Amino acid sequence: MEIFWFIAVGFMLTMYVILDGFDLGAGVIHLLVAKTEDERRTVLNSIGPVWDGNEVWLLAAGGTLYFAFPKVYASSFSGFYLPLMMVLWLLMLRAIGIEFRHHLRHPMWKAFWDVTFSLASTLLAIFFGAALGNVVRGVPLNPEGYFFAPLWTTFTVVPAAGILDWFTVIMGVVALATVTAHGAHFIAMKTTNALQTRARLWAERAWWLTLATSLLAFLATWYIHPEIWDNYRHAPWGFIFPVLGLLGWLGGAYAQARQQDSHAFFASSLFIAGMAASTAFGLFPTMLPASTDRQFALTIYNSAAQEYSLSVGMVWWIIGMVLAAGYFGYVFYSFRGKTKLPAEGEGY
Amino acid sequence: MEEALLVHRVHFAFTIMFHYLFPQLTMGLGLLIVILKGLALRTKDEHYNRSARFWAKIFAINFALGVVTGIPMEFQFGTNWAKFSTFAGGVIGQTLAMEGVFAFFLESSFLGLFIFGEKKLGQIGHFVAAFMVFLGSWLSGFFIIATNAWMQHPVAYSVAADGSVHLASFWGLLLNPWLGWQYLHNMIGAVITAAFVVSAVGAFYLLDHRHEEYGKVFLRLGVTTGLLAAVLVAFPTGDGQGKNVATYQPVTLAAMEGLFETKEGAELILIGQPDMEKLRMDNPIHIPRLLSFLTYYRWGAEVKGLDAFPREQWPTNIPLLYYAYHIMVGLGTIFIAIMAVAAYLLWRRKLYSTRWLLWILMLSFPFPYIANTAGWMTAELGRQPWLVYGLLRTTEGISPTVSAGNGLFTLLGFMGMYALLGMLFLFLVMREVFHGPAPAAAHASAA
Repeated sequence: MEIFWFIAVGFMLTMYVILDGFDLGAGVIHLLVAKTEDERRTVLNSIGPVWDGNEVWLLAAGGTLYFAFPKVYASSFSGFYLPLMMVLWLLMLRAIGIEFRHHLRHPMWKAFWDVTFSLASTLLAIFFGAALGNVVRGVPLNPEGYFFAPLWTTFTVVPAAGILDWFTVIMGVVALATVTAHGAHFIAMKTTNALQTRARLWAERAWWLTLATSLLAFLATWYIHPEIWDNYRHAPWGFIFPVLGLLGWLGGAYAQARQQDSHAFFASSLFIAGMAASTAFGLFPTMLPASTDRQFALTIYNSAAQEYSLSVGMVWWIIGMVLAAGYFGYVFYSFRGKTKLPAEGEGY
Repeated sequence: MEEALLVHRVHFAFTIMFHYLFPQLTMGLGLLIVILKGLALRTKDEHYNRSARFWAKIFAINFALGVVTGIPMEFQFGTNWAKFSTFAGGVIGQTLAMEGVFAFFLESSFLGLFIFGEKKLGQIGHFVAAFMVFLGSWLSGFFIIATNAWMQHPVAYSVAADGSVHLASFWGLLLNPWLGWQYLHNMIGAVITAAFVVSAVGAFYLLDHRHEEYGKVFLRLGVTTGLLAAVLVAFPTGDGQGKNVATYQPVTLAAMEGLFETKEGAELILIGQPDMEKLRMDNPIHIPRLLSFLTYYRWGAEVKGLDAFPREQWPTNIPLLYYAYHIMVGLGTIFIAIMAVAAYLLWRRKLYSTRWLLWILMLSFPFPYIANTAGWMTAELGRQPWLVYGLLRTTEGISPTVSAGNGLFTLLGFMGMYALLGMLFLFLVMREVFHGPAPAAAHASAA
């Protein structure tokens, strides 16, 4: 039962990274690929009908984590207090940027929200990567299962490290490169002409950066947290996940070369899913490793809600996921194809 | 610790009070938009469709702010109230996760379709999308109130070896006797807000001689739903909620009513100031025996006063609780009066030319916001000193590792952020209102 919920939370977080990842990535490259007002509106309209729903995956994953593993939720949210609050402020600024931009036609108004949107998207991508880095590296849990991490201390990887050290910064860059490529693939898929060409260019650059930084992160993880390979040694079938990720990367490179944007987008989705699953497989059954003493780590067994709660939840969770898949399928189907700018006055 | 507790409490109170300004309008307005779309389908009158589109714009601005200010609420259970989350997550995690999985996905998916997809969906499809958005927002409200109802009156739980609580009955949690009245009372309060806002814009258009045909549509819609909701919020929902408080939290009822002494045939205090040193009401104006009747339907019934309970069970801030409750009830009474007069004049076909009443309707839209905020304060202050009534004290729920200084830093951050959001919000909504539901071609398109 705990394993089911570990997979469920992991699944929802991965869905979040794949879905909100492309609109975050669109935000990162917004100022780089879209030069004219029409191009900027096209980028924003490509994600307009879906970004809000994408972001809901974060909330739903958070809710599910709270429900299934209340102890992990309480410990990590209070421990990562400051960075999470900053993530909240960035999420707010980004959402407001995209929602409020079109209400005034004044160029300064639009420029202000464009920069806000891009900056917030970029910082969020880095923060999320750094957060993942913290989870992989471990945090200074005390015997009660709580900790508090300052933003930074020495920048070296020590047991009482802050949120940012050299390892988590690398992870931040990996995340930034990944979502940039992912978003650029999405924009290339939804657009034409000069905008599409520039999006392809940025997708290609980011795709190579993704490979380089992922390899660096791979070596760094090996160096600071070698236990992450224990699971792979015991159950070599787990190598299927990194292999899938690698196939995703190769497929992306291949599709890019042939200018097949939608294939490239699905390939980068596969890359993200493969990498997320690889990390989860390596951590299992730990959810929050302890850098202080290994036995303080929060695992799915010492932090889960009780059996009854989890089994009732499984029923409605599966129903909910089927419904959500239906809505998302329908929404994406409705807005399929290239983004056309609406005539003046259409849409609200 | 004292300092940290205060900071965390103010942090949550501030963020949730600001947050609830937005969903109360969207939940009510969601219903009114469904009514407008329904009227448009039935009558084929394009005015209703344009009205629905106009309110959808305001809805979308509100919705965006509701979402961005709602995300911190979910986070804060973990960031600021970690001990509470560890203690109660096994129960309320259930309803909070269901809100995410059932309500948020529904709402956000169909809002995208409703806002961007009218051409693609056709009129019936567009009506369905509006209905789904409404359904999602009311489901969202249900799961949140279910969570709060459990904190007010915990049911369906068992205590585990480590002291935390766990769910014992899924249906028990959803059928909490506290939940029904609290939910209906809350949702009808949201309809009142929307009805007053719609009426205010309608009144403004008529007073200012602009978009007059829409002003009339808005007034008809706002006044009829407003009167209905204003009556329903008092009876039976407010009454039912009051009886729940009397049954499950009698000490809270005594504090809300300012009743210091237990008595038979207790009076209902309309106005007065609680004096916490002398433990009595100053300058009371009261109606004899009415409180006994309202609570137990018997004029001579005994109502327990604060003196019947040990001091450490009294709510921690009795004057604030008392005022919040009386502001809510007082404003609720005024809402019935305003909407009754307006509905009477509407029926006699005199409303559109009765300028003094249009002025009142235009200026009274902030009061439902105040009443709903006061109602929320009544519920939350009334629960004190408990975080989960009878099970977990508020002092025991805060995060053990987050210092007062860190809490203050983020509280100030939210204050700054929300000041900015509030100004932008007012600016954009007022712009839409001044612009009005004019033919679509003149309006800038969505980006």
